[in-house]
Amino acid sequence: MKKLKKYFAPIVFLILIGLSYLFDFAAGEKIGLNFWMFFKEMILFLPVMFILIGLFDVWVPRERIEKHIGKDSGWKGTGLVILLATLQAGPLYGAFPFAYILWKKGCSIRNVFIYLGAFATIKIPMITFEIGFLGLKFSLLRTLITLPVFILIGYFMEWYLKDKDFEVKQP
Amino acid sequence: MKLLSVITALFLFFSLMADRRKTWNGIVKGMTMFLKLLPMLMLMLALVSIVLFLIPNETLVNYMGKGSGVKGWFTAAALGSIALIPGFIAYPLCGILIKSGVAYSIIVVFITTLMMTGFLTLPVEAKFFGWKVSLIRNLISLAAALFIGFIMGFFL
Repeated sequence: MKKLKKYFAPIVFLILIGLSYLFDFAAGEKIGLNFWMFFKEMILFLPVMFILIGLFDVWVPRERIEKHIGKDSGWKGTGLVILLATLQAGPLYGAFPFAYILWKKGCSIRNVFIYLGAFATIKIPMITFEIGFLGLKFSLLRTLITLPVFILIGYFMEWYLKDKDFEVKQP
Repeated sequence: MKLLSVITALFLFFSLMADRRKTWNGIVKGMTMFLKLLPMLMLMLALVSIVLFLIPNETLVNYMGKGSGVKGWFTAAALGSIALIPGFIAYPLCGILIKSGVAYSIIVVFITTLMMTGFLTLPVEAKFFGWKVSLIRNLISLAAALFIGFIMGFFL
């Protein structure tokens, strides 16, 4: 029952969209089209991502992650999480579960937030897209300016959450 | 997307070769997480679709176009912060905006907030980081986006 309750709002939404199509209600049809576009992306991409996360969870030992991107990993660790993030794809909400698994395996707070920043702004698949639409100069400048900013955010979050028993939870 | 699928397929293959049970455990773990998030994600996507419908491209150009000044910055930051929108939608839109005369620094604010801050996605984010930390991350990212736009303004 509780499970069904969680689906109540999405189901109502889908019924409304269905009715819009039935009665040729243009606004509803357009919203439905938008939704389908987003949903398609999510349903193609997220299961793949979550399988990767699951495999990561069972295979990668905590000690290894902790050593490379943990508390005392320094600049090398920062570089490593940025590299990891830039190779991925998809919208930021896809990165939250990965951030959770990194955290669970001993990644430092700073690197978790640097990972999120890099994931959001400088993913390589996205950058190629950006260059196509806005030009190389724009892309390069934006990347160079954004990079130090989210590293700083990582340091800030680490400092802010230092004594606060912060943890990344599994939803 | 393609890269991610290829990498996952490779990992899956080697994982299956090495240990079937472990692989299965991993897949179940991942999928359980996915199914737990799914209703929330669907709701969020529904809201984003509605917002996107309510704000057509012409309106964006109107508010952020030439001579929009502070209003343009404010609009870019506010609209960009509503949701996390994937690049494949954001970039074509920004291409249109640039052609319609929107300044580069405003585009940067728009893109950065689109990608880094999402107030509609907060409930999803809060499930992982808690409300307070999620809110702080979003607010800092918003400030960072404005800063990045400001700096970009000197170059482009």
